[in-house]
Amino acid sequence: MDDALSWGSIFLRIAAQLLPVWVALIATFALSMQFKRRLGLYGRIFDSPVGMTGFGLVMFWVFTAIFANWIITHDPLAQLSGMKNIAPGAPLADPAEGAYPYYLLGGDHLARDVFSRMIMGAREVLKIAPAATVIAFMVGITLGLPAGYLGGKLDTTISFLSNLVLAFPVILLFYLLVTPEIRVTGIPIVLAAILFIFPVIFLVILFNSRFFTTPAKRNLYVGLTLLFGLWAYSGLAFNADPFGVWSMDPNMLNVFVSVVFVNSPGVFRIVRGMVMDIKTRDYVAAGQTRGEGPWYIMLWEILPNARGPLIVDFCLRIGYTTILLGTLGFFGLGVTPESPDWGSTINYGRRLLAIAPHPAVVPAFALMSLVLGLNLLADGLREESMKD
Amino acid sequence: MLMFVLRRIGVMILTAIALTFIVFYMTNLPPNLEKLAKSEASVRMDDDAVASWLERNGYGGSVFVRYGEWLGVMPGWTLTDEDGTTRGRCIAEGTDPAAAPTFCGLLQGNWGFSTVFKQPVTEVLARSLGATGWLMLWVMIVMVPSSLLLGVLSGMREGSRTDRVLSTFAITTTATPEYVSGVILIALLASATAGISPILADAGWISGKTLFPGTATSAMDDITFWNFFLPVMTIALYGIGYIARMTRASMTEVMTQQYIRTARLKGVGFRQVVMRHALRNALIAPFTVIMLQFPWLLNGVVIVETLFNYKGFGWTLVQAAGNNDIDTLLACSVVAVFVVLVTQLISDIGYVFLNPRIRLA
Amino acid sequence: MSDTTWDPSKPILEIENLSISFFTRLREIPAVMDFSCTVMPGEAMGLVGESGCGKSTVALAVMRYLGKNGRITGGSIRFKGRDLTNMDDEELRKIRGSEIAMIYQEPMASLNPAMKIGAQLAEVPMIHQGMSKQDAWKLARQIVADVRLPDPDRIINAYPHQLSGGQQQRIVIAMALMSKPALLILDEPTTALDVTVEAGIVDLVKDLGEKYGTSMLFISHNLGLVLDVCDRLCVMYSGEAVETGNVEEVFDKMRHPYTQALFRSIPLPGADKNARPLVAIPGNFPLPHERPKGCNFGPRCDYFIEGRCNAQDVAMVPVPGDDRHETRCLRSTEIDWHAPLAAAKVTEKTEVGRVVLKLDDLKKYYSVSGSAFGGGVGKVVKANETLTFEAREGETLAIVGESGCGKSTFAKVLMGLETATSGQIMLFDENVQNTPIQMRDTGTISKLQMVFQNPFDTLNPSMTVGRQIIRALEIFQYGNSDEERQARMLELLDLVKLPRAFADRMPRQLSGGQKQRVGIARAFAGGAKVVVADEPVSALDVSVQAAVTDLLMDIQRKNKTTLLFISHDLSIVRYLSDRVMVMYLGHVVEMGTTEQVFQPPYHPYTEALLSAVPIADTRVQKQRIVLEGDIPSAVNPPPGCPFQTRCRWKSRVAGGLCESEVPPVRMLEGGHQIKCHLPDDVLASMEPVIKIAAE
Repeated sequence: MDDALSWGSIFLRIAAQLLPVWVALIATFALSMQFKRRLGLYGRIFDSPVGMTGFGLVMFWVFTAIFANWIITHDPLAQLSGMKNIAPGAPLADPAEGAYPYYLLGGDHLARDVFSRMIMGAREVLKIAPAATVIAFMVGITLGLPAGYLGGKLDTTISFLSNLVLAFPVILLFYLLVTPEIRVTGIPIVLAAILFIFPVIFLVILFNSRFFTTPAKRNLYVGLTLLFGLWAYSGLAFNADPFGVWSMDPNMLNVFVSVVFVNSPGVFRIVRGMVMDIKTRDYVAAGQTRGEGPWYIMLWEILPNARGPLIVDFCLRIGYTTILLGTLGFFGLGVTPESPDWGSTINYGRRLLAIAPHPAVVPAFALMSLVLGLNLLADGLREESMKD
Repeated sequence: MLMFVLRRIGVMILTAIALTFIVFYMTNLPPNLEKLAKSEASVRMDDDAVASWLERNGYGGSVFVRYGEWLGVMPGWTLTDEDGTTRGRCIAEGTDPAAAPTFCGLLQGNWGFSTVFKQPVTEVLARSLGATGWLMLWVMIVMVPSSLLLGVLSGMREGSRTDRVLSTFAITTTATPEYVSGVILIALLASATAGISPILADAGWISGKTLFPGTATSAMDDITFWNFFLPVMTIALYGIGYIARMTRASMTEVMTQQYIRTARLKGVGFRQVVMRHALRNALIAPFTVIMLQFPWLLNGVVIVETLFNYKGFGWTLVQAAGNNDIDTLLACSVVAVFVVLVTQLISDIGYVFLNPRIRLA
Repeated sequence: MSDTTWDPSKPILEIENLSISFFTRLREIPAVMDFSCTVMPGEAMGLVGESGCGKSTVALAVMRYLGKNGRITGGSIRFKGRDLTNMDDEELRKIRGSEIAMIYQEPMASLNPAMKIGAQLAEVPMIHQGMSKQDAWKLARQIVADVRLPDPDRIINAYPHQLSGGQQQRIVIAMALMSKPALLILDEPTTALDVTVEAGIVDLVKDLGEKYGTSMLFISHNLGLVLDVCDRLCVMYSGEAVETGNVEEVFDKMRHPYTQALFRSIPLPGADKNARPLVAIPGNFPLPHERPKGCNFGPRCDYFIEGRCNAQDVAMVPVPGDDRHETRCLRSTEIDWHAPLAAAKVTEKTEVGRVVLKLDDLKKYYSVSGSAFGGGVGKVVKANETLTFEAREGETLAIVGESGCGKSTFAKVLMGLETATSGQIMLFDENVQNTPIQMRDTGTISKLQMVFQNPFDTLNPSMTVGRQIIRALEIFQYGNSDEERQARMLELLDLVKLPRAFADRMPRQLSGGQKQRVGIARAFAGGAKVVVADEPVSALDVSVQAAVTDLLMDIQRKNKTTLLFISHDLSIVRYLSDRVMVMYLGHVVEMGTTEQVFQPPYHPYTEALLSAVPIADTRVQKQRIVLEGDIPSAVNPPPGCPFQTRCRWKSRVAGGLCESEVPPVRMLEGGHQIKCHLPDDVLASMEPVIKIAAE
């Protein structure tokens, strides 16, 4: 049996395991720096050290999630005997043929490899957080635009509803929304049916308002959107995709829907506020005086000019969603016990903090660095988009 | 002004009714009731038995009626068994049904009975809210002054070294949710095997094994610096970063305003400009933020109380939710919603008072 | 202290060869180069130039307040003989506010919204003279009375937002006067105000300047205002002083081609769109980092000589025979400054055709809630009262009035963005008063279009110029294919004299004037017959104004368009309109042909308005009529005649009729309408406000 690794060699070995990530990161940075003047706002990230740091951190985790299968040293679910709560760098007690000889960051309470679980955890988070944020944005935008632009009763109603959701303490909402019992009642599916239809509505109105003057083009775009949108919709919301391409695990659907539900009102508020500001501009009046429909003005005259703050909020909100997913995991809501997601790993690890802190501390740092990266990226974007 | 407050209170009551109804509906979903029946009566009941148990215990009617009863605006249910005894929502066991009140809900002070703690919910709430009150008080005492100071200092001279250092600190803490900072703080300060405790213990500087205890259970009886430092800091850290960033943004914006230029060119010194001209305008936005932080603080409280095993409001909520204790969960929700709405109201009114521009407009 | 040694016969402010640059991450941007000027005690010096010429930078440099990126890179600024450029913060602090004070462009933004007026005023003597709080407040009260504000006791206890724009500016002036400074810097102090309010402020500034013997550095883009206020002026172009001297000498004997071009591009009395059109300065203002070699004005100058004007930097040379009159032109002695305008193209007056737009008794009322929090009693704002007029094909009808007069509401109702409360709008042969724009058919919409005021707002910043014009064509159902529309879009760019390459540009790459041209092209995309132009040039620099006005006139002649020209600027209205309608608080107070309106008999409001407009011509003698107070709020209009609160003729109407009854519309000869109670003999006795002295 070998000796345990020193901290120096642990880090070296981790760095070596992450080789594909480094390669991808260097390639991304090299290419982006090369062409940064031609890449618009994205290119400008590379003018700001803060933005660049944030972007680097975020991309590190993105690439880690993509290449996770190559990076992990052990099956994240495998329990190896003798490795329970073992310290970082410990050699395997009973190495099988060809297995990686160490638990680089130690073992957890069920003798699983903390390092591999942390890597796979990145994939769990990045599978849900960006997608959920995108849907939340579609919902928030589709409701926020008319509320801000048209105002009146519509605005009062939607604003009241969104304030309802915002007034709910998030944890209470999760405890009510993400339980096995609730799945039986079908409420998540109803919510999914409501929330998931918004992207389809959004895209249909988007194309229709722009291309209704040339029906051929309009029919093509709207038709394609409806075809693919409703196909994906049937699969994701109702698990009824005839071809079986789109589907979502009911557990995951529950989590996903709740996170979208919690995030949408925030997006709604921001969009509404920005629309109320932008709608007083003369180019909006110009659109009105040439007889444009309200949706064209909202989607093509107002929305593109609100993009700066929305992109910044998008980054922040992915971070917030990551925190929410962690919270869910921390309370053991909507996750299977063996799931490697960071929140539940922290939850199981925290009980043994006094004797073996590493199973909880490792995912804690992982989560923090991802959120920090997103916040820094948002800060950099905000700074750069204000310079003009 | 009065009209404004009345209108806000009207909207608040409407919101409270809507929210409590949602909570009531969600906690009284058929699967939850079924679980309740099985845990109260017998685990091996079949579906018919469950249905009849629910019927006999007042869970039969429509959800609106039951919400009304719970709230205390509808007469409580009464049932006469085959053996002639009359039971009902408002009839305590062994008392005369005729003498019982017709209404007994939230409004009459009847918050129900906790199935987990085996006590009336009001008692459970009183105890746990007291505990949480102390926690929140200390969090506020730590969080508000330090975050405002941080924000003002870094926003005063945008781009300076102080600003960079403080902003980095603030952005890091906002990226650290309570369950992460709590874990890191415990590992660092309260673990016998990691962090600084082993070093201190070896050097003989601390008597116990760890610098701070890993739980705050003892603070239930006696709050000391040692048992309260970690939970308070865990909640406060996130808030400090968040409020400091808001204050900084507000302060930097104010510092670029023309009236600051006016003041400078009147010959007012920099320190005086900050104190007399900038501060009041810069603090309007953070004030609302602090107030609107309450929903999030509530989250922090739940996480921290769970993490440090401090039996306050958050811990109670988790216990109630995890054990299908419907009455307690409902009561917790009412309190949570109430706290959130009241702080929103205070924030609105405070905004009007802080900002002379919209007062009596 | 060194200022005791200062000799009062020496200049109070001496700027020598001042250069200022701003430093960005990419490059150094020189904002002011080699700038010199001298202000003697009691003298008022004007700094004139278009936006971006560096005049405000000079002012802030005197205050040593250039922000993080700005730096003085050369030269000196001597105030009472002491060089400000190498003073430390503490010395500067003692001078700011006590010896040199500044008045700003936007009074609302310049006052602290969370401090009482009195506290903001009292601060100055408390800092500089160590005065006690009571004394300082007493002084504040006295100065507030000095700047002619009513009810000073109430005002010093008010917050800035409780005052009107004109009152706020008086407070800013009061603040500057609190410690009797030796030098007052005024940075466009009236730009944000209405003309009649501006006239009051200008009067005040002049009087106070005399009363306290304060020297002034007066920064403005308005030559007329400088003539009113200043003794000397300095014309700036692209970071340099190009001409300086006595106001009269520079105005009457200009010796720099830019000054000359500037005067030719502003509508002075006598200019006429057909007989004596304005001459726009060709080309564009150079960007600070793209300045040409040699004379900065060279590329746009009529007298430019290749190889000479662009050979080396040009220095200021004195103009012989004048008092401290200097010019930065190599050819100042060669040019024949009195040569008449060469190629002024004279055009025929357009024929006026049939009636295309007819308004009959149009009313537009809004109901607004009483307070910011809702609740309270709803009030009715009468934005437009009984509008009746008609406009004919090919005609220019000007709608004149200050803020709150209802001209923008009228435009909205006409365009269909709002519907009328009562009355009729007849557009071509259709009643449209109750048809919101969604219900109008494409034909009607495309025939009635609008040009907007703010060039920075009129184009969607995230769409290319070409795309925006094509979108208008799509909406107006022009052409059958994308190619046809593309071709038409390029033609439209030709029409507004923009290069075709601009089709692919984003709006931020265009200058203000160019954006305004795109806005015009877009309005004419569907062959508009009636165009509402809402202050289309008021946000542009004077030299660009002429070009854009010219373009509008050109297109109008070609298409026989009816132009409804909304403006507050009477000079430009006199220049281009056929008929004029004057509005005040929602009422049309006077209407008639341009000659009728600009000559007596006037409506008293028109009279005051005419008197208030500064005119940059030394030959013009004006009767000074300064209106008391501010424009009443449209939410709470005075009873009777809307103008009665400020009217100087009110006493000439018997029986207090003005305060009880809205005057009837009276028809004078030639279709000239006036809404006034004044008896005929009084009207007939009115003198012209503007007289041009015989040369």
